[in-house]
Amino acid sequence: MFSMKDKKKKGPGIRYLKPCVKGYVAPSVMTPVLMVFEVALETVIPLLMAALVDGGLYHKEEYQLQGFLSRLPYSNDFQFVLWAGGLMVLAALLSLLCGAFGARTSAVASMGFAKNLRERIFDKILQFSFKNTDRFQTSSLVIRATTDVNSMQNTYQMVLRMMFRAPFQMIFASIMAFRIHARLSLVFVVALPLVMTPMLLFMFVGRKRFKLMFKKLDTMNGAVQENLIGTRVVRSFVRGDYENDKFRESADDLMRTQIYAQKLFSLASPIQLAIMWGATVLLWLWGGRIVTAPGSTLGIGDLSALIGYSTQVIGALQMVSMFPMMLSRTRASLDRINEVFEEKIDIDSPESDLALENGGIEFDHVNFSYSGNPDVLNLKDINLCILPGQTVGIIGGTGEGKSTLVQMIPRLYDVLSGSVRVSGHDVREYGLKTLRDGVSMVLQKNLLFSGSIRENMRWGNPDATDEEIREACRIACADEFVTGFPDGYDTDLGQGGCNVSGGQKQRLCIARALLKKPKILILDDSTSAVDTATEARIRDGLRSLTDMTKIIIAQRIGSIMNADQIVVMERGSISDVGTHDELMRRSLIYREVYESQVREEANA
Amino acid sequence: MPPRGSSFNSKMGGRRAEKPLKTLLRLFRYFKHCTGLLIVAVLAILAYSLASNFAVFKTQDLVKTLETSLGADMAKYTGVLIGMAILYAIASFTNFLLNRLMLSCSARVMCALRKEMFEKMQSLPIAFFDGRTHGELMSYYTNDTEAVNELLHHSITQMLISVTSLAFIFGLMSALSVPVIFIMICMGLTVFYVMRGVTKQSRKNFKKQQRELAGLNGYIEEMMEGQKVVKVFTHEEEARANFKVHNDELCKVATDANTFASIVGPLMNNISHIFYAITCTVGVLLAAPVEGKPFLMEGTFFAEHPLLLVESSKLVTSLQFVRQVSNRISQISQQFNSILLALAGAERIFALVDTPAEIDEGDVTLVRVEETDGGLAETDRRTGLWAWKRGDELIPLRGEVRFNDVDFSYDGKKQVLSDVTLYAHPGQKIAFVGSTGAGKTTITNLINRFYDIADGTITYDGIPIREIKKSALRSSLGMVLQDTHLFSGTVMENIRYGRLDATDAECVEAAKIANADFFISHLPDGYQTQLVADGANLSQGQRQLIAIARAAVSDPPVLILDEATSSIDTRTEKHIEKGMDALMKDRTVFVIAHRLSTVRNSDCIMVLEHGRIIERGDHEALLAQRGKYYELCMGKSELS
Repeated sequence: MFSMKDKKKKGPGIRYLKPCVKGYVAPSVMTPVLMVFEVALETVIPLLMAALVDGGLYHKEEYQLQGFLSRLPYSNDFQFVLWAGGLMVLAALLSLLCGAFGARTSAVASMGFAKNLRERIFDKILQFSFKNTDRFQTSSLVIRATTDVNSMQNTYQMVLRMMFRAPFQMIFASIMAFRIHARLSLVFVVALPLVMTPMLLFMFVGRKRFKLMFKKLDTMNGAVQENLIGTRVVRSFVRGDYENDKFRESADDLMRTQIYAQKLFSLASPIQLAIMWGATVLLWLWGGRIVTAPGSTLGIGDLSALIGYSTQVIGALQMVSMFPMMLSRTRASLDRINEVFEEKIDIDSPESDLALENGGIEFDHVNFSYSGNPDVLNLKDINLCILPGQTVGIIGGTGEGKSTLVQMIPRLYDVLSGSVRVSGHDVREYGLKTLRDGVSMVLQKNLLFSGSIRENMRWGNPDATDEEIREACRIACADEFVTGFPDGYDTDLGQGGCNVSGGQKQRLCIARALLKKPKILILDDSTSAVDTATEARIRDGLRSLTDMTKIIIAQRIGSIMNADQIVVMERGSISDVGTHDELMRRSLIYREVYESQVREEANA
Repeated sequence: MPPRGSSFNSKMGGRRAEKPLKTLLRLFRYFKHCTGLLIVAVLAILAYSLASNFAVFKTQDLVKTLETSLGADMAKYTGVLIGMAILYAIASFTNFLLNRLMLSCSARVMCALRKEMFEKMQSLPIAFFDGRTHGELMSYYTNDTEAVNELLHHSITQMLISVTSLAFIFGLMSALSVPVIFIMICMGLTVFYVMRGVTKQSRKNFKKQQRELAGLNGYIEEMMEGQKVVKVFTHEEEARANFKVHNDELCKVATDANTFASIVGPLMNNISHIFYAITCTVGVLLAAPVEGKPFLMEGTFFAEHPLLLVESSKLVTSLQFVRQVSNRISQISQQFNSILLALAGAERIFALVDTPAEIDEGDVTLVRVEETDGGLAETDRRTGLWAWKRGDELIPLRGEVRFNDVDFSYDGKKQVLSDVTLYAHPGQKIAFVGSTGAGKTTITNLINRFYDIADGTITYDGIPIREIKKSALRSSLGMVLQDTHLFSGTVMENIRYGRLDATDAECVEAAKIANADFFISHLPDGYQTQLVADGANLSQGQRQLIAIARAAVSDPPVLILDEATSSIDTRTEKHIEKGMDALMKDRTVFVIAHRLSTVRNSDCIMVLEHGRIIERGDHEALLAQRGKYYELCMGKSELS
């Protein structure tokens, strides 16, 4: 926390924030200007007060004749008081106007800024490839687009309103004080460094302590969260007391650290108050002598105004000294947001008019690694040729590379070396939209979104007619249960599609993928919760789509037994390719899987 | 499983406390941990307000001394100044004192509150956690605690300072002059009503903003979660357009809400300027005659009523108080709102603390026993023999579990189990088969009393489980749950969680039984490998193997396996079969599995549908029945 040094570190800084001001430049400029006007008018008030008191109350002629006041059309003390008082009220009213108007412009500017920033972050995340996505947790991305944006918005508003206001208040008040009495204003010169020094010192020392405190707080909250998630485990092993002891220890520890970190700051406000009051006493002491000196030009009103200015200056300084702390609080948010902007999108869409002609696929010496490290390959030297319209089954244990293999086809990841060709061209030659519209994939961890079934289906094709939707659902064996719902295709699915069962969800996901009318359909373990009879009917339905290449990853051997080719994956390599009969003859793995699953059916 | 609430809408609503006073008083009771400190702190607050305002009041004497035309009495002047300096010194010191003391007090109270919350959570019934997301529960520890901390550490102190200062200022000013007091009261009323109006508007707009914000956050959450689906369907443009609609709408309402929030400061500030100007002007006009100077009100109504005049020295002093008064009033009204918000946090915390704990009325405990000539005797040694202890009576633990006509419902409305009757002989392996929601997991949740049954009885070795102490009951049951949960710490520590006094060798032995030893020893640091939060650096299958090892080390008489091998592929499952057999040997085991191959060799298989046992028997018998089980095995029916 609290460091100005941090800002000097190399980094994107606020580079990505600048474009977010777009559309809100006027209010962003207006706000500080209005704030400076407000503060200028505010600093005039004590000066007028001095003239009123000394000129009106103590009837010193010279005060009535000072500066522009002398040009006012008054003829006696009474009129002078009314004029000066009227001016004072006017200044206050104008200041109110500027302040209120500034509040509005600052709201417009900062909310607009936040809107733009949020939109840019969202856009950027939408561009993320799978690889980019893997690097961030979903929850952390959500925080960046919500909480962090919020914190940037508050900081931006503070900067607009205070960053100029406070320094200008210091400057204006100092100028006024010097005009009243230059020598007495030396008190300010002494007070300023006195206020700054302890503040900076605290920040320097406090920084480490606060870091420690936040670390302990994080650790404690982390432990609570773990306990929450694992509450059933804690209870089944009867570990409540054990967890309580652990927590009590970390809570006590946090309390000690909290006091240790914050006790320094208990000193901050008394020191500042003491300095402010010290300045007041000093002004009275010194000023009193000057006022009573024969032939003095300093009045009691002046002295009172000077004290007022000293309070303003020190108050403004207090504000200024808080800036680094406030900025450093947003520092973490800025860093997190910058991480999103800095993330290099590793897959971008080439400018290409190339159309996807057919569903032929060719893997040519494909190597791939999630980490990009050629020594840790997740796919090793894959060679595979799939003809348009073929049905291909892929089988193998968890983590053997089945999903990885198929994700190369719609270019969800890019190969490390070698090439994947679809319809005769390298996938990297197609525009991404063309490619992914042609290759429809039902992901293993699939999701439906809140909204009706119909809305979800339209993800596949925004222009799909009701008949087309029904047709796709019929093939995926979803129509039969959807029409059973009271609201049919208008049934609301709830967030994450939680209103349908696992098997129904999978069938809807297949229907959604079919609506794209793709050249290639990939089912990544997409029927695991569907019973075998229904699955067989889905397979029959798919068979009627003869132009479409179908790739099916499955756990159950029955799902792929009749495929044109079956690929057996093991540790990132293709262990064997062939038809069911061929593999039964020569692949040990295939036979083992087959036996582990089919034995009981045979027994029965 | 019962449904969970959505995370965003129920959380932060900018809600204000419902019973602020009651909550505040209850919160104050926590200061019992630091009564002495608190008393001193309150005294310090009083001393601070008094000293700082009285110092300003001294201005009067200074001005009076200075304005005498006959040459000021500088000795007296210096004397007054010294008095002022001392008052300021006292104020500075008491300010430090109250800051420091309130820090200690609030830190202690927070610590006590946190502990109470956590301990409470350990004793709450599982049902409590079902209806709430983790984010919701965590917000007790983050948002709510932070709000209460801010309240105790700053808001209450500031409020007290403001209120006492205001009282002192008005007290002191009544000694000043009637017109000034009148103007002050006008200002007080203006500030109060303006504040009230703005706050009302602000709250209305704030509510709108929160609603939009929740909607937008929900949308962001959904899109981030479904990001890969968005990619696969090249749905980016639509997502962007939808987002823009939400985002623009939020911007509009947020700008209004924020305008009202931001306008308070300048409004209050400048209202005080206006009244400052009015006080100054009126004060000068109504100034009482200063010796040897012309008198403005000469010959008017005011000149005849000296009470309506303002002494010059008092005017200069009053001017210093004007800003103070308006600052204090606007501080109070602002603080008032934030205190109400913070108290809402406290209310939520208290609601958590007040939630009734799990009922544990049982008194039968679990003890280790050894066989002696006369029967059983209690022992500390690990004999592998256990007994229930009721009074002085020892009942050997055999692992016989009976359900008699058990009915159960999570919410009191939807019946989850109906008329379930089953009998597990000691050492039997009982399997449950059925669709999601058929009630399989519920049955096991009733055995360990995560939930209590509505009707019927469950007995364990002939003892109704209500009579068994929950800790004893659960100690006798080893569980491997559907959602494997590991804690951060080493692999070894995670296995040892099953039995805290297990030696390293015993843990390794357990890992071998679970067939986890092989992959664990291939981890970078073997058994000492640190697992990050919830074991994310292991695959789901590996986590399940560790969970099985953890159950193995606890060596329980009865074992419950709820989808314990669901994430392990069929080939690997074959490999750990032997280990599992060893683990299950001589124990009563309840198995829930999706995969039928896992339950095939059970002594008895229960097929559940809609909370009822529709078929029971061993594999062969059930196949012969040609019922639901047969259909499942033949793949003619769907399990989901």
